[in-house]
Amino acid sequence: MREGMVRIPSGCAISGIISTKGIRFNGEAINRSIACMHERSNGLGGGFVAYGIYPEYRDLYALHLMYETPQARGETEEYLHKHFTVHQAELIPTGNATGIGEAPALWRYFVRPERKETENGPVRDNDDYVTASVMTINSRIHGAFVFSSGRNMGVFKGVGYPEDIARFFRLEEYEGYMWVAHGRFPTNTPGWWGGAHPLGVLDWSVVHNGEVSSYGINKRYLEMFAYRLELQTDTEVIAYLFDLLHRRHGVPLDLVCRTLTAPFWKDIDRGDEREREVYTALRRVYGSAMLNGPFSVIVAFNGTMIGLNDRIKLRPMVCGRKDHFTLMGSEESALREVAGDLDEVWHIRAGERFIARLEEGVTV
Amino acid sequence: MRNYLPPEYIVHIDQDRCRRCGECVRTCAFGTLRFEHGAWRQAMSVFQHGRDDLERVFDRIRDNVPDRVAADNKKCVQCHYCVAHCPEGAISIQPNPLAYRGNHHWEPHHLKNIWLQAETGGMVLTGSGNDKAYFSYFDHMVLDACQVTNPSIDPLREPMELRTYLGSLPDALEFESGPEGPVLKTRLAPSVRLDTPLVFPAMSYGAISLNAQKALAKAAVSCGILMNTGEGGMHEDLYPYAHRMVVQVASGRFGVNPGYLRRGAVVEIKIGQGAKPGIGGHLPGEKVDEGVSQTRMIPVGSDALSPAPHHDIYSIEDLSQLIFALKEATEYTKPVSVKIAAVHNVAAIASGIARAGADIITIDGFRGGTGATPLAIRDHVGIPIEMALAAVDDRLRREGIRNRVSLVASGGIRHSGDVAKAIALGADAVAIGTAALIAMGCRLCQKCYTGNCNWGIATQKPELTARLDPDRAAENLANLIRGWSLELKEILGALGLNSVESLRGSRLRLRGVGLSDADLQVLGIRNAGVGA
Ligand code: SF4
Ligand code: SF4
Repeated sequence: MREGMVRIPSGCAISGIISTKGIRFNGEAINRSIACMHERSNGLGGGFVAYGIYPEYRDLYALHLMYETPQARGETEEYLHKHFTVHQAELIPTGNATGIGEAPALWRYFVRPERKETENGPVRDNDDYVTASVMTINSRIHGAFVFSSGRNMGVFKGVGYPEDIARFFRLEEYEGYMWVAHGRFPTNTPGWWGGAHPLGVLDWSVVHNGEVSSYGINKRYLEMFAYRLELQTDTEVIAYLFDLLHRRHGVPLDLVCRTLTAPFWKDIDRGDEREREVYTALRRVYGSAMLNGPFSVIVAFNGTMIGLNDRIKLRPMVCGRKDHFTLMGSEESALREVAGDLDEVWHIRAGERFIARLEEGVTV
Repeated sequence: MRNYLPPEYIVHIDQDRCRRCGECVRTCAFGTLRFEHGAWRQAMSVFQHGRDDLERVFDRIRDNVPDRVAADNKKCVQCHYCVAHCPEGAISIQPNPLAYRGNHHWEPHHLKNIWLQAETGGMVLTGSGNDKAYFSYFDHMVLDACQVTNPSIDPLREPMELRTYLGSLPDALEFESGPEGPVLKTRLAPSVRLDTPLVFPAMSYGAISLNAQKALAKAAVSCGILMNTGEGGMHEDLYPYAHRMVVQVASGRFGVNPGYLRRGAVVEIKIGQGAKPGIGGHLPGEKVDEGVSQTRMIPVGSDALSPAPHHDIYSIEDLSQLIFALKEATEYTKPVSVKIAAVHNVAAIASGIARAGADIITIDGFRGGTGATPLAIRDHVGIPIEMALAAVDDRLRREGIRNRVSLVASGGIRHSGDVAKAIALGADAVAIGTAALIAMGCRLCQKCYTGNCNWGIATQKPELTARLDPDRAAENLANLIRGWSLELKEILGALGLNSVESLRGSRLRLRGVGLSDADLQVLGIRNAGVGA
């Protein structure tokens, strides 16, 4: 059985670091941070996402793929050549690491979309085109799985403890301005690399610790907008909700956060007229998008890292600042492991969010 | 022939406990009970009128035969009014144990109805909802709860939200930036807020008493929910509660005028009703007294017959016109609801109604109640609300128009468990009619059409309506709403949710027990034992 055939509840560790000045640093810091929370994982899933690592291909979509069979690669490459201009195709470099079982074949492609429509009709832009293509590959080509599809960023993940995964992917050789990591404690044995986290859709990535109790309605809501939830994971739901609300509906990012972890009515009622109107409308129109149950989440995308905690804080989430670095994680220790003398440290409150952005004018 | 119809119930009076107060004899509106004078009274009358049979009288006095309450069993409908009011608890009522020759095809009720019709040549009438032993899907669905991997939530210690809005919604919102923060640009359609996802459905003044309507209206106001005028207009006494009332426009247009439309919180077009899909209403002239006449705008004593269809709605585009006519009349300030009975093609019909401009769709399943309906219709037409609701919610989602309408489900909702299951299947709110009547005293005797309701609910007879104290009944109703709301919060908490919208349509939290694959598929749920 693999992810997508069943829903697997997990406990987890999450951690994230961003340099708001856009200064790039290698994968060692994030690895130390997540490794410090070893107890929160059980070796059945670990992963990282790094932003700013492919500056030379900044404008191309970087597709990371895992293949279970040579046929899957053949079919996928045929599909890619038909639908994209492939500028570069290469094996993702890996090294020896203990604790890692048999890995699938791992490839990456730097591509540019070549068409304006999919078999389901025209698409609005390249992002929609890439999303649709990724969904097609993942659902139609048996044994192939796209696990990263953004620009100037990449997801690296697999079955193992996160620190072993980092060594396996040689993350110390990459330099990014923002890193997010995840260690997983699933309640049974998925053993499938694609099921590890982070989850990436375009340049959005999500890691999360918890279980979304509203998954059933969140999923049905997304299906109304033609999202297919192949993996049956909460992370997938969160990623797609951000995609739908922010990218497709244009809801401001902060309000997207306030929709997913909606304020309580008693607090909305206390607000001024503008706030009441805004939040009442959000809760009514996007009630099915509200996330219920215990979770802490880090959502990242080009230049931005968001920490989000559930409505009644059933999962831990700590933020800290050191110079131009903002850090987030499940435990304060994970932050202090990287920067023992934090300038500032605070807990994200129930239902609250913290958004860290690149400083004005910084390009990456 | 009728005389040969055996009684359905046997009234038993415990003569030892009976203190001969006469309460039951005076109050039974069906005239079941009477005093049989015992020996002492007969003796007294003999002393007054002559002494011819003095000897026999003295024999009886010797035998000590007292005054006694006697019953004409054939008249008893088992409404329990006498049972509930006998100060000595001396009355008990049993089904007539009379045995019929066992027959799996011809059951006693079939025989009795044939005898009745052989005598009267009419339709067999009845009240309340379908009481036949159809399969209950509610009873074959179970809810989920949290264990270990996610914590359940304690509603006594954490906020637990039931607030619900009914009204049409856009798919997306637009904002613009303002000095204080983002400002909402999208204008939302009118809506109504419920403090808990429950409403009282349409029960007209005429079918039920003004006191019963007052009780419902008071409870709706105190609970922050809605009551519904039904098709009988709005009596003046209810104006103070109008902001919590749905004003119904049915095929007879009784009591409909601009003031009526503007007064209510929601305007509802009644197309159909679960207890009698496809047929109109019938209020017998006996129930049309001065008050009903004023409110319905019809002469005293005249039958109020509403046509089976709206004669200005023969198709979906006609419905759309009426929806917009009502929106015009209320200047687009109130949501318009359309109520339909659950029938085979309910999903396509609902989708048409949503596209025709309705803000709310009320679907009434085949267990829904009524004041009067032919038995043949009540028991054999329409489909269960569970199936109808699941099919409608599914269809609206598949067409991407679920946000356009709110769904209210009704028809046989018996407890908060049914409410939670209906919400998980996709209902925004649930309407409870029969349960509300029961809270006011109704015993489901199904005799509402006779106008003799002993509990003062489905009657206009002043001596009977006076039995229902609107304040007391309102309190009972409010207690019921409160009780169910508390239970809903417990259910949500057990599910690890703290807001009702996270359960709405979340069918993953339901499992089927003992359902067929086809049932599971229509309901969109998995079988018990199948994990997430
Ligand atoms: S149960 Fe009702 S109908 Fe029967 S005798 Fe008592 S009051 Fe009359
Ligand atoms: S409302 Fe009255 S007449 Fe109708 S079922 Fe209930 S008790 Fe009987």
